Amino acid sequence: MKIVIDQDRCVGAGQCVLAAADVFDQRDEDGVVVLLDALPPQESQSQVEEAAARCPALAIEVVAE
Amino acid sequence: MVRTCPFDPPEEYRTLREQEPITPVTLPEGTAGWLVTRYEDVRKILTDPRFSAKRRFARTGDPTADDAPAPPPPPGSFIVMDPPEHTRFRRLLTGQFTVRRMKQLTPAVEQIVTEQLDAMAEAEGPVDLVQAFALPVPSLVICELLGVPYADREEFQWNSATLLRLDASFEEAQAAQQALHGYIRRLAIAKRANPTDDILSDLVRTGELTDDELAGVGALLLLAGHETTANMIALGTMCLLRNPDQLAALRADPALMGGAVEQLLRYLTIVQFGLRRTALEDVDLNGHKIKAGSTVVASLTAGNRDAAHFTGDPEQLDVHRPYGPHLAFGHGIHQCLGQQLARVEMKAALSALLDRFPTLRLAVPVEQVPMRDNMLVYGVRELPVTW
Ligand code: HEM
Ligand code: SF4
Repeated sequence: MKIVIDQDRCVGAGQCVLAAADVFDQRDEDGVVVLLDALPPQESQSQVEEAAARCPALAIEVVAE
Repeated sequence: MVRTCPFDPPEEYRTLREQEPITPVTLPEGTAGWLVTRYEDVRKILTDPRFSAKRRFARTGDPTADDAPAPPPPPGSFIVMDPPEHTRFRRLLTGQFTVRRMKQLTPAVEQIVTEQLDAMAEAEGPVDLVQAFALPVPSLVICELLGVPYADREEFQWNSATLLRLDASFEEAQAAQQALHGYIRRLAIAKRANPTDDILSDLVRTGELTDDELAGVGALLLLAGHETTANMIALGTMCLLRNPDQLAALRADPALMGGAVEQLLRYLTIVQFGLRRTALEDVDLNGHKIKAGSTVVASLTAGNRDAAHFTGDPEQLDVHRPYGPHLAFGHGIHQCLGQQLARVEMKAALSALLDRFPTLRLAVPVEQVPMRDNMLVYGVRELPVTW
């Protein structure tokens, strides 16, 4: 599982951080998403998928490998 | 459409969702539009850039209410802007409302909650929970964050309430909007001279906004920041009191509160008349031809009870249910900026209230609680409680 984020789309709603705090964070200055782990362990798959589903700005893509 | 139960949306929404999920309607101001009631379609509308957030609000006597394009957004009011204008304002603010920033704010919110509860406990019941607790807590918090003197609350609470009244006339709404604007504008100008440690001063410091834009942003944050959460706290409390098994489960296991707040948000969906969008071009929506310029109402209320989407029975409040994404904060690029703050406030307020008053109960029969049926944000007008 690989994660691709689109920082231009992000609206800083923080849904991804709530869903998977080990994988996503928000920049302090402008709240934009940062990826802590682009290749997270398999255990966090469901959380990451949840984050992608919740993201209101469609800024998170999960690519199967 | 009218509600038959204070916590359930009017029945018609369910019928529409099941039989005619995209339906032509006459909007309250008399023009033709569309109502969308399924979860998936609501999300689709709110993420599709062909639907603009520039919109016309339902106002009786609006002289511009015809098929003319939606009016240009007032300065700074980014809730009715599209990118790239919207992005410019939103980016200036998102750093102030991150999950981390809001968690850091938790002790300060808890402090405010405790002080309000102390004052309430000194009174002998019954008290009106709205005035004694639900309204002061988010008002104090947003005042502190923004740098607005709480002493001025009567004025901004009144103007905010007018803006949210469905039956406010066009003139009344405009007067309230202007008063709120003027108030924040004066405040922003004062902060330019004497900056303090708050969001308004931070915005001044960026040097990116004109006084009018500052006023627009500030007015939006002030209004959106206290009316909504106040209603969730009061209506949420009433809903828990009327669902004793859920209340008992929550009291037995306070760790359920985070999930319970999400369920209350979904179940009660206080932004009761949905979100308006304007089609920028002709759009084919599941076979329906939406003409350019038409207003589409995406019903958060109906979408949040869609059995095709939610597992379990969405007509029931169940604090044990895992949190799936709901629509109470909207969706798409305008999804609530203050949602992490609202979560912190609701958790702190409801936990402490239940803890402090183990015998909390309604002081009047439930039918006598006055509901906010004609307000854009649903809730109770007052909630007499005793303990
Ligand atoms: C339980 C409480 C709340 C609810 C249910 C709620 C609901 C909503 C909804 C549905 C929207 C989307 C509007 C649209 O797309 O047209 C929204 C936007 C917004 N909310 Fe909230 N809100 C709450 C609390 C707050 C708080 C505490 C703030 C404080 C700052 C806030 C500030 C905003 C702002 C600034 C927007 C506009 C965002 C944008 O256009 O990008 N809200 N809210
Ligand atoms: S959920 Fe989406 S919009 Fe929100 S912070 Fe994460 S990436 Fe950005």
